[in-house]
Amino acid sequence: MSAYYPTMGLEVHAELLTNSKVFCTCSAEFGGAPNSRCCPVCSGLPGTLPVLNRRAVEYIIKAGYVMNCDISRFTKWDRKNYFYPDLPKAYQISQMPRPVCLAGTVNINVNGEEKVIRINRIHLEEDAGKLVHDDVNRISLADYNRCGIPLIEIVTEPDFHSADEVIAFMEKIRLLLQYAGICDCKMEQGSIRCDVNISIAPKGSDELGTRTEMKNLNSLKAIAKAIEIEIERQEEILDNGEKVIQQTRRFNEALGETTAMRSKEDAQDYRYFPDPDIPPIIFTEEELEAIRLSIPELPEQRVERYVSEYGINKKDADIIVGDKRICDFFDEAISEYNNPKAVANYVIGELMRRINLGEADMDNLRFGGREFAQLVEYMQTDKVSQANAKTILREMIENGGTPKEIADRGDLWIKEDNDLLAKTVDEIIANNPKAAEQYRGGDQKVFGFFMGQANKALKGAASPKAIQEYIRKKLSE
Amino acid sequence: MDITRAKIRELRKALDGKEIGAEELCGEYFKKIKVTDPKLLSYITVTEDKAKEMAAAAQKLIDEGKSSALTGIPLAIKDNICVEGVRTTCSSKMLENFVPPYNATVIEKLNAEGYVLLGKTSMDEFAMGGSNQTSAFAKTKNPYDTERVPGGSSGGSAAAVSASLAPAALGSDTGGSIRQPSAFCGVTGIKPTYGRVSRYGLVAFASSLDQIGPICSDARDCAVMLNAICGQDAHDATSARVGVPDFTAKLGQPVKGMKIAMPKEFFSDDIDNDVKAAVENAAKSLEAQGAELVECSIPGLKYAIPAYYLIACAEAASNLSRFDGIKYGFRGEGRTFEELIRDSRSKGFGEEVKRRILLGNYALSSGYFDAYYKKALALKQEIIKEYSEVFELADVILTPTAPTPAYKIGAQDNDPVKMYMADICTVTVNIATLPGISTTCGYTAEGLPIGMSIIGKRFDEQTILQCADAFEQGFEPVAPKL
Repeated sequence: MSAYYPTMGLEVHAELLTNSKVFCTCSAEFGGAPNSRCCPVCSGLPGTLPVLNRRAVEYIIKAGYVMNCDISRFTKWDRKNYFYPDLPKAYQISQMPRPVCLAGTVNINVNGEEKVIRINRIHLEEDAGKLVHDDVNRISLADYNRCGIPLIEIVTEPDFHSADEVIAFMEKIRLLLQYAGICDCKMEQGSIRCDVNISIAPKGSDELGTRTEMKNLNSLKAIAKAIEIEIERQEEILDNGEKVIQQTRRFNEALGETTAMRSKEDAQDYRYFPDPDIPPIIFTEEELEAIRLSIPELPEQRVERYVSEYGINKKDADIIVGDKRICDFFDEAISEYNNPKAVANYVIGELMRRINLGEADMDNLRFGGREFAQLVEYMQTDKVSQANAKTILREMIENGGTPKEIADRGDLWIKEDNDLLAKTVDEIIANNPKAAEQYRGGDQKVFGFFMGQANKALKGAASPKAIQEYIRKKLSE
Repeated sequence: MDITRAKIRELRKALDGKEIGAEELCGEYFKKIKVTDPKLLSYITVTEDKAKEMAAAAQKLIDEGKSSALTGIPLAIKDNICVEGVRTTCSSKMLENFVPPYNATVIEKLNAEGYVLLGKTSMDEFAMGGSNQTSAFAKTKNPYDTERVPGGSSGGSAAAVSASLAPAALGSDTGGSIRQPSAFCGVTGIKPTYGRVSRYGLVAFASSLDQIGPICSDARDCAVMLNAICGQDAHDATSARVGVPDFTAKLGQPVKGMKIAMPKEFFSDDIDNDVKAAVENAAKSLEAQGAELVECSIPGLKYAIPAYYLIACAEAASNLSRFDGIKYGFRGEGRTFEELIRDSRSKGFGEEVKRRILLGNYALSSGYFDAYYKKALALKQEIIKEYSEVFELADVILTPTAPTPAYKIGAQDNDPVKMYMADICTVTVNIATLPGISTTCGYTAEGLPIGMSIIGKRFDEQTILQCADAFEQGFEPVAPKL
């Protein structure tokens, strides 16, 4: 057991899902050919001026509400001045003394235990561009497509004491932001990023140790790993009787180590001052209330609704709500076929199983919730057998199409054809006189054998219920 | 008659009456520019080819009977206002070869009227200065005495209008940069209320103070120009959502009963006796027309210079950070980003610009912010308050535009503080976001023009235009002899 107790706080940057950038009308979409999504404003040409995208302001207010923050009635923007080639104006428009959101809370669940994480503030700012370094030709190239994408920075209080808590928080705010429609939270595309401030202190100590700030953490795995090795590094320093130096460190995932970027001494003076180009905003109560009411149903509310209205158990509801793409798919499905329990079972038992196996991908699904629901309905109403339903689903995953088309094409329907059923079962019984005798002698186990044989031979052309009834009737004769 | 000496409204008549074609008209100015401008250096770039195309387009509108106030009117534009495809240098080596890919909003508005661009006029580098001598390219001279400065920073625009090298020009005014050169060059220039004209496309010096405005030969032409360039703009969040009146509407109305305040601080011993006498005479002439002179005080004037230079330099330091040699403009040398940026800025900026960047960054530094920048903002509020108190008693305020007439080139080169103090009469108007117009009110014994400023309530350009015009109607201007 370690003799130290770690304490952590987070700075999370999330890109907002607005159509256009925060201070110009360029597309805010991810990617694009280098410098294809910029204009005189976001590339910082002389004479250009920023005009605030009100949608971005609306989104940060929503973020504040979903994290239970106080929303400032008066907010303004400041310039953070520093030179870097990915920052065309050489200042970032951000918010210093008057952020939009202050003092919030987020509830997390860590290994079954509820915990409250306090939010210090959330402010709105613009993203910077990207530099691409060409080591062969020894040049650096700047891509300004990302310049001016609206970002919110969520600053927490130092309320974390383990990597598990940090991961639980990141997963929770990912859900909150996704459900509120604020951010797509694709860590791999950098649309949500996290810096961890981390310090350790001897157990029982009231004082916090000297902190370091870990940057460049672009996956949950990287966050967990970086925390682990940074705690180890700090423990070793204290064990050796040395002092932790306050500095910013970069996590190198490939090497599994952190390296110092800069220390407190060479920290920059950002010379913050109010941006004279952007007038402050004063919100009315009506405006804020309208934004609050426009927030869609949040994850906790959805779980609650699924349990109370649909009778889905909490565990299954948590699974479905845990991935917004699945959850939206589910909602679409039950709007087509109002049997939430059956749909939920098939989503979890079949669709998610195949996703986990890598057979299907929610981002590139060739069918929608409606088609999926039709398939569930066919099964539930004895129109296709379970086995054939699986075949149909596989076809939908691989090539798309509606269950009806696929069943028609492959002759996969259950047929109300009593002659076929009778003929097939009669043949099986005739070919297995010994087993039939066993059953008639009271051995119920062989019934399963006959069911299996019949299913195999009928290839789903009869419903299990009809087969069962006919076998039973035939063997009792 | 020399048509280049005509007013905009006279040119309008000549063009619409087919007395002259648009192409011929701008040709007259280019002829004159070729002869006279080598003595003055008012233009950095002359756009003769582009002008011919624009004139042809304008002529078509005129022929179709679709002309508006500025169709076919040749204009000069200060070289810190972006014109698509035309080099815009801000008189700085930093932007020596910068060609903007977009138009400033005022240029779009002038284009909509069918104006004709004569060229881009010289200025103090990045509009920092009051003499045009900090220009990296064309250190403009005063048409009344080429050994003297034309004022600044819109010195090129003022000199060009004064010497009839353009009937009118656009300038920009951050602390007096339209009004002071207008006074030095004997022309009329107006700085509109902050927010009246879009700043989009004006290369920023101090964003909370900058405002574009016209420099013309009289107040009536200023009104015509304002009608074309004012209005709220979706590209500038600080442009005001207020209605735009017809700025010519009150011209010619008598000033009888108009209350004109003359704050005593503007007539102190720091102001030349010649200047005071000329402004006081002008006041008497307005009084003779029925205006009422009101005594008053703006005690905050003594803080105006430090407050102005702190705010302006702080904003400038940040605004000019984008000139780093990475994306456009002058690029120095260096193995690292830091070296490249340092070298580009060290070599690309002139001394005065560097001085103000240093001053501004110092004022914004952590630990000094409260003592300097925040204090300056508090003074700004105080100055706004004092002006609004005066405007409870008066309709307009009358002051000298500058403490002296145009001075000799080089006279203030080694004393930046003295140079800054010369802005005392104009900076408070920017700080208080008010409109102000400068017009000529007399001449010194040596024949140098003396300017007076009329300051109005926010968004009340109409009244200061009316007042300036009332004076001009009884005043005989003397053109420079070149």
